[in-house]
Amino acid sequence: MTTPFTIAGRELSSRLILGTGGFTNHEVLAAALNASGAELCTVALRRLGGGRGANHESSIVDVIDGAGVEVLPNTAGCYTARDAIITAQLAREAFGTDWIKLEVIGDDRTLLPDAVELVAAAEALVDDGFVVLPYTTDDPILARRLEDVGCAAVMPLGSPIGSGMGIRNPYNISIVVERAGVPVILDAGVGTASDAAFAIELGCDGVLCASAISRAHDPVAMATGIRLAVEAGWLARGAGRIPRRRYAEASTPDEGLPVFDPASQ
Amino acid sequence: MSVNVTVNGDRRELPAGATVESVVASLPNAPEGRGVAVAVEGEVVPRAQWSSTAIHEGATVEVVVAVQGG
Repeated sequence: MTTPFTIAGRELSSRLILGTGGFTNHEVLAAALNASGAELCTVALRRLGGGRGANHESSIVDVIDGAGVEVLPNTAGCYTARDAIITAQLAREAFGTDWIKLEVIGDDRTLLPDAVELVAAAEALVDDGFVVLPYTTDDPILARRLEDVGCAAVMPLGSPIGSGMGIRNPYNISIVVERAGVPVILDAGVGTASDAAFAIELGCDGVLCASAISRAHDPVAMATGIRLAVEAGWLARGAGRIPRRRYAEASTPDEGLPVFDPASQ
Repeated sequence: MSVNVTVNGDRRELPAGATVESVVASLPNAPEGRGVAVAVEGEVVPRAQWSSTAIHEGATVEVVVAVQGG
């Protein structure tokens, strides 16, 4: 339904990237991957034996491979450029991909990006040959700085990770889109299908969703809903929305309106 | 002879001559295929070098695997 787009020379048919965090088990994840139509999905790295989620009976890599989806490793949980760089290098070794969703956060309450560390990590990773997709704020200037250091896309947040607050500053997102020379993926904040449609209507090339799907009451149905919302947003954007007006504009003509009270003429 | 090291935050005593490969093999649930990587002293050790990379006294080893996230 949507047309393909390209990141770092690689064509992607699906404009929805699935985050795998928060799924209750691998069966639901596999079904949601299938329903989402995603070609890329994120994974994180944690210590072997390091606790919940780390040691499922089946490997998450097998689940993703079985779904025919490519892995996009992330650096979730990193607070410094140094940690993010080492984590990206570990991910390249673990998965044999030089693509990295770069996350460098500033604190554990907001999970907002640390702009200074983010740009430093992005520059170092680009120099090291990575295809860097940074999770960033909705600041157009920061997006430009990330593009300037060679990031293959920028991924501004709509609102904080897992908040489900949608797109809090659509004006900033549209400015990021207007000025970006690389694909823009809305990352974080999507709470339901309409948020994803809105992101695409604003001009984003794609949407990355995790919690909105994984923590929905019915994750597979939500994966389908968000896939269709991305397609709906794409169609609507191409179709061209009507301008907003402060006053009504009748869609029914006044000409030929019958007159029931001649005195009123 | 043995070496005292820290593996994923736990202090461990390994036999002399321990390598990255033997450390990974000693951990429960170590995945066989893709999706595991190792850093020693903050430096990634490529898989091809696991069997030839000795673990030295006092080393800090991190062994990571893929988990859901992002």
